[in-house]
Amino acid sequence: MNIRKLSELKTGEKGIIERVTGVGRFRQRLMEMGFVPGAEIVVEKFAPLRNPIEYVLKGYHVSLRHDEAEKVMVRKLEEQTEDH
Amino acid sequence: MAKKITIAIVGNPNSGKTTIFNNITGAHQKVGNWPGVTVEKKEGITTYDGCTIQAVDLPGTYSLTAYSLEEIIARNYIIGEKPDLVVDVIDASTLERNLYLATQLIDLGVKLVFALNMVDVARSRGLIIDHENLSLLMGVPFVPTVGSKNQGTKDLLKAIVGVAEDRESVSRHIHINYGLELEEEIEQFQGLIRTSASFPDEHHSRWMGIKLLENDEEVIKEIEKSPLKKKVLDQLGKSKAHLNEILGEDSETLMADRRYGFIHGALKETFRQAQRNRRYLSDQVDMVLTNRLLGFPIFIFFIWAMFQLTFSVGQYPMDWIDAGVGLLARVVGDLMGEGLPRNLVVGGLISGVGGVAVFLPNIFILFFCIALFEDTGYMARAAFIMDKVMHTLGLHGKSFIPMIMGFGCNVPAIMATRVLESRRDRILTILINPLISCSARLPVYVLIAGALFGAYAGNVIFSLYVIGILLAILMGQIFKRTLFRGEIAPFVLELPPYRMPTLKGTLIHMWERGSIFIRKMGGVILVGSILVWALSSFPQTVDYSRDYDMEKRKIQERYAIQKEELMQSWQSEKVQLLTREMNLKIAELEALRKDEFQENSFLGRLGKAIVPFLRPLGFDWKGGVALLTGFVAKEIVVSTFGILYQVGEKEGEESEGLRTAIRNAMTPLIGYAFMVFVLVYTPCLATLAAIRRETGSWGWTGFSVGYSLILAWILAFVIYRGGMILGLG
Repeated sequence: MNIRKLSELKTGEKGIIERVTGVGRFRQRLMEMGFVPGAEIVVEKFAPLRNPIEYVLKGYHVSLRHDEAEKVMVRKLEEQTEDH
Repeated sequence: MAKKITIAIVGNPNSGKTTIFNNITGAHQKVGNWPGVTVEKKEGITTYDGCTIQAVDLPGTYSLTAYSLEEIIARNYIIGEKPDLVVDVIDASTLERNLYLATQLIDLGVKLVFALNMVDVARSRGLIIDHENLSLLMGVPFVPTVGSKNQGTKDLLKAIVGVAEDRESVSRHIHINYGLELEEEIEQFQGLIRTSASFPDEHHSRWMGIKLLENDEEVIKEIEKSPLKKKVLDQLGKSKAHLNEILGEDSETLMADRRYGFIHGALKETFRQAQRNRRYLSDQVDMVLTNRLLGFPIFIFFIWAMFQLTFSVGQYPMDWIDAGVGLLARVVGDLMGEGLPRNLVVGGLISGVGGVAVFLPNIFILFFCIALFEDTGYMARAAFIMDKVMHTLGLHGKSFIPMIMGFGCNVPAIMATRVLESRRDRILTILINPLISCSARLPVYVLIAGALFGAYAGNVIFSLYVIGILLAILMGQIFKRTLFRGEIAPFVLELPPYRMPTLKGTLIHMWERGSIFIRKMGGVILVGSILVWALSSFPQTVDYSRDYDMEKRKIQERYAIQKEELMQSWQSEKVQLLTREMNLKIAELEALRKDEFQENSFLGRLGKAIVPFLRPLGFDWKGGVALLTGFVAKEIVVSTFGILYQVGEKEGEESEGLRTAIRNAMTPLIGYAFMVFVLVYTPCLATLAAIRRETGSWGWTGFSVGYSLILAWILAFVIYRGGMILGLG
C-alpha cells in the first residue's frame, strides 16, 4: 500500500486521506475542516521557509505546519496535477 | 402587526458573514464584547414587512464543538438565549465544508435560514448549485446572496420573516441519519436523558446524545451536574467501546465522517462542477505574494508601508491634536483663574483627555491597514509566510504584526493582537510586546545616551533595541514553557481567496475596533492621569525652606527702583534689559520653589520612599521620581528630569543644560542601567489599559506589571554591579 504522511508529499502531489492521528482539539479541528477519510488533498505549495505547507482540500486552501501534516495519513495518488 | 424577531447570524470565518450582517442592519449597529471575554459582540436592528428584526452577529466558527472560545460563545447564545431564528452564512464556493456547521445547526433543532453567499464567485468557478433542491433536502431555505454587492438582502429578510412566522413551506425539521450503528447509540442516550424531567425536549435530548458521541466537554459537564450522571457516563463508555469494536474508529471521527457523508449525499444530486482544476486569478496573485523569493520582500514592504502610514503620516494629525489640546488648556486656564480647580482641569482633566486623543490617528490608521489586510485575505498569507520564524519564538505567524507595531507604540500593537484567534497566543504576544522598545522611549535614550556616551550614543541606543528584541524572544520561550504548557492551539489556517475589499466594509471594520479604544480605554487613562496629577500636586501647603513670595517681592521691588531711575534718565533700552533680567531671576526662583514643591509632593515622597530599592542600581531619588512619572508615559521621564534638574520642563532631550545636569548626576554605567530599566519596567498607563482591555483580566495586567518590574530591576542590578566589578563604574 502507498500509505504515507501528508508531510511527505511534494508540491503538486495528490493523496486520499486515510486517517488523522493525534488527539483532542487538533484532531477535531482537522475533522471538521474536512480532513476526513476518503477526502482528496493536493499539495499547493510550501511557504518560503518550507513551513507551513498549503493544501487544497474540498475546494478551499488550508495550511498546516509540518508537524501537523505528519499526523495526517494519506494514500498517495500516482496521477499528478497539471502543475507538473 | 408589530412583531419582533431576534436572529443570530453564524457562519464559517471568511464566509462573508459580517458583510451580510452589515447589509441586513445597515448603520444601526452596536459593537461591544461578550461578557467577560474580548470577543467582539455586534448587534443591529432593522425592520422588514412590519417586523422589527434584531440581529446578533456571532463569532465566525467552523463548527459548534466546545473547543474554542468563539465556538462556545456561538453555541451558548443559540442554546441559552434562544433566538427566534438562526441565519447561517454559507460560502457557496466552499459549499461542502461550510455545510458542516449547517448540519450541526440542523441537529440543534432551531429555525434556520441559509444565506448561500458569494454565488457570483461560485458561478465564475463553474460551480452549479441547485439551491432549490438543496432546500428541500435539508428542510431549510437557501437564499442566494452576494454580500459584497448587497444582492439578495431583501430575499434573505423575506425568508427570515417567513420562517420565523412558520409561513415557509420548505422549512421542516429533518433528522440527519448518522447510520444504523450510531443511531442506535444516539437512541440509547435519548432514552436515558428523556427519563429526566430537566431535559424533556425530544430534539434537545437527541442533540445531547449526538454531542456526547462527539465528546463534547460542555454537554458532558452538564450531564455531570444532573442526577443522570452515572447512567449516562456508563453508557457513553459502553457505546464508545462498542463502536470502536464494530467500526474500528472512535466516535468523534465517526460522527465527523457521517456528517460529511450526509453532505456528500445531499450534494450528489444538487451540486456540479463544470470545470476542474482551473487556475484562478486569486491563485495567480498568490503565486507572487507568497513566492519563495518575492514573498518576504513584498511582505516587508507592506509592513513598512503600514508602519509609515501609522506613525509618520499619523504624526500630522497627532501634532494637530496635541496643539489643539495645548490651546484648549491655555484658553481654559486663562478663563478659570489661578487655583486648584484650574490645576485639576488643566493639569489633570485636559492633559488626561489629550493623552487619550493623541493616540486616535495612530489607532485608526493602524486599524484601517489591518482591516485592509484582513478583508483582502492577505493577513492569512502574512501568517503563512512568517509562521516559521514566529513559531520558533513560541508564537503564531499572525503575532508578527503586533510585534512589529510595538516599535511604534505598544497600545495599538496590543490592540492588534485581536487578529490572533487563540487566547494563548494572544496573551503571550501581549505579555512580551512591551519589551519591544516603542517610540516614546526614544527621547529618554537620546537624552541619556547623548549626555553620557557622546559619539557612541547611536550604538548605545541600537543596543537597547536589540536587548528589547532578545528579551522578548527569551521571555516568550520562558512563558511558553511555564505558563502556557500543553495548550498549543493547532495552526490549521484557512487561506481564503483574495478579495477586493469594499471601502464601506473596511471602514466599518476599522471603526468598530477604534471606537472600542475611545470608549473603554479613555476612562482608565483619564483616571490614571488625574491620579498622578493629584500625587504630584498634593499636599498643597508646603513648609518651604525659604519664603519664596517674599524673595520674589524683594526682587520686584529692587528692580522697580532701578527701573524708575532709568526711566527718569530716558534709557528705555536698558529698561527692557533690566526687565528681562528680572524675569529670569523670578523664573529661577519659581523653578526652585517648584522643585521643593515636587520633592514634598506625595510623588516626591514616594520617589524618596523607593530609594532603598533603587540604590542597589545606582539611582537616586530624582531617578525614582522620573521613573514614577514615566509610568504615565515613558517620554515624561525627560520632562521630569527637566524639572528636577531645574533647567525647566520645556527643555527637550537635545537640551545642553539638561545633558550637563545628567552628566553630573550619573556615570555612563548608571546611565546605561537606567536606560535598560526604562526599556523594561512597567508598561506605561495607556499600554496597561490596553492590556487590561485585551486580556479581560486584572490578573494578567498585574502579572505584566510585576514581571517587567522584577526583570528591569534584575537587569539594571546585573549591569550596574557587574560593571562595577569589571571596573567600568
